[in-house]
Amino acid sequence: MEGFIKKNGSVVSTFFLVAITFWFVFLILIPQLYMLDLSFRPNLPPLLRGGPDDVYTLTHYKHFIFGSETSKDTYNYVDVGVFVDTIGTAILVTIINLCFCYPIAFYIAKLATPSATRLLILALIIPFWINELLRSFAIRILFAGEGVINNLLLEIGLLDVAINFIALDVALYTGLTYAYILLMIFPLYNALETLDTNQLEAAKDLGSSTLRTHWRIVIPHAKAGIASGSTMVFMLTAGALATPVVLSSPNTFWFTQLIYQWFNMNDNWSRGSAYSIILLVVSVAFVLLMMRLFKVTIGEVVR
Amino acid sequence: MSADVELQGVSIAFGDFYAAKNVNVKIEAGEFFSFLGPSGCGKTTLLRAVSGFLEPSNGKVLIGGQNMSGIGPNKRPTALIFQNLALFPLMSVADNIAFSLEVRGASKQARRKRADELLDLVALSGQGDKKVHELSGGQKQRVAIARALAVEPEVLLLDEPLSALDLKLRQKMRTELRAIQQRVGITFIYITHDQGEALTMSDRVGVMNDGQLEQVGSCYEVYQAPSTPFVATFVGENNAFAGKVDKISKGVALVNVDGMSFSGAVGKTIEGDQHPLSVGESVVLFVRPESLTLAKDTKTTKNKFSANIETIEFEGNVKNIYLKTSTKKSIRFSVPSVFDTSGLNPGTKIDLAFTSESAIVLPNGPLALD
Repeated sequence: MEGFIKKNGSVVSTFFLVAITFWFVFLILIPQLYMLDLSFRPNLPPLLRGGPDDVYTLTHYKHFIFGSETSKDTYNYVDVGVFVDTIGTAILVTIINLCFCYPIAFYIAKLATPSATRLLILALIIPFWINELLRSFAIRILFAGEGVINNLLLEIGLLDVAINFIALDVALYTGLTYAYILLMIFPLYNALETLDTNQLEAAKDLGSSTLRTHWRIVIPHAKAGIASGSTMVFMLTAGALATPVVLSSPNTFWFTQLIYQWFNMNDNWSRGSAYSIILLVVSVAFVLLMMRLFKVTIGEVVR
Repeated sequence: MSADVELQGVSIAFGDFYAAKNVNVKIEAGEFFSFLGPSGCGKTTLLRAVSGFLEPSNGKVLIGGQNMSGIGPNKRPTALIFQNLALFPLMSVADNIAFSLEVRGASKQARRKRADELLDLVALSGQGDKKVHELSGGQKQRVAIARALAVEPEVLLLDEPLSALDLKLRQKMRTELRAIQQRVGITFIYITHDQGEALTMSDRVGVMNDGQLEQVGSCYEVYQAPSTPFVATFVGENNAFAGKVDKISKGVALVNVDGMSFSGAVGKTIEGDQHPLSVGESVVLFVRPESLTLAKDTKTTKNKFSANIETIEFEGNVKNIYLKTSTKKSIRFSVPSVFDTSGLNPGTKIDLAFTSESAIVLPNGPLALD
């Protein structure tokens, strides 16, 4: 600590310490602990809070699994179903995202000329200057029943009847995939850029096909980048709200929408907190499991 | 199996820039051939054209008499050892070596067996399970050689693979490379800017400058009988005296250098004939530093000049004495370390001499920069 202050001077050191402490304690730790605490408390009107009924309870977690006490079902099929759907779709979106971004990142990192690289990175970044909600609406316009794509396909005669892309969730998947594309491309690009081009040539010289070179040389090299990008995309997709609200079909419900409802429409912050905690814990557990499976350490992912 | 490699009028252009210009050479099967030249002379480009990473803009590359045009690096009977070796860091040593067998779908046992054989060949027995980063520089070198030999190439291409090693190890690896080449009996094409490497290992050397092949010959030939001023000054050290031809007779030219008259043997062209010099032509006369002697030690009256000593440099096995003539020409005079230089101090004026046989006269041309 003394060394840190000596090295950076008292002004810079103080700024760093205060900023990091504020960020970690006030913006992350306290709200999360508050939510955790809230999730174990009954939903009481303000007057009764702190009274004799305000005791720790598992009622909200039970509700997520078994449903309300008045329900005839054994389990809370609706909420658990939405949860499983959300996680499953987030996994699918992450995979689509990876398959889509890997070739782009590889091209930018290894094949493009420096000027093409700059141009491509610019082309990737600029659309993200537009707000997420607006981008989602733009995709809705593309995929709507009378949208750009349907009109085009009808016009050139490829279709007789418009396709309902929204109901098929094509619009949702596209929107979610596009929403976090940069968070996949940049970690991949960073990882691939450090790959020595001679390795690719050496593999080729030894008779390897392009596919095998990627499988045996490039992907192992980029593993940490893949893990890092996939983690971010999965977490953010599972926790996305604006895009599903705008693009999901009437019968698709995103788990975050459920959380939003408990907080805002049903005024049950305790249950909303419990649902948030469930999403957070399961997502983190899933990511850790995947990292275990693919033998990636946290240290590599944040590098 | 080993194959010959023939370059027929190979030119390689990048835009307007020619990295190789009309290179013609035939490298015999089983030969250790080195391309020697300064950085940027196009030797690596030429090697990439042989390995198939580049297609020549003009001309043909023939391997074993077969035109290689349009055949990719993974389909040519060549293997390339990269300057930085390009070993695969995430694979074990054995997996690195057997990668080409894995590509061809060989079984795990077959791969391991072959890897162990090759590890024996490069004196790394029992190191197959190590990670690449656990090896020393010299060991990595051997793994790279083993990996390249695993494809059973007919031609092995080496792009300055020793440049990252320290001097002692480099000298050891030279001997070893040469021994491996003789054991496996395939054609080696070696790229280097280090004349020591080229001269010690090769059967023949091709000296390159500015995209052109200046001379091809045995190590002895390029050192003793350079064809161009560039070769004379790039391979080994040389003292250059620019002058004009006064007289030619029986292969000896009398050259007027700043009023002094020196005689030397007329050099040979790349084709092996004597350079057709004419009286009055601008020429350069070359004398090796070790061919100079103190004039008082000889009886000759010809080929004498005097110069002032500037510095004396001790290099271990030799001493280099740097001098300047009255016309400000720099002279290097090398003597064995045992030579008594006690009377020779900076500022002393001494007379030097050389024999006509040890001097070579070549038509004027660019010298190698030092």
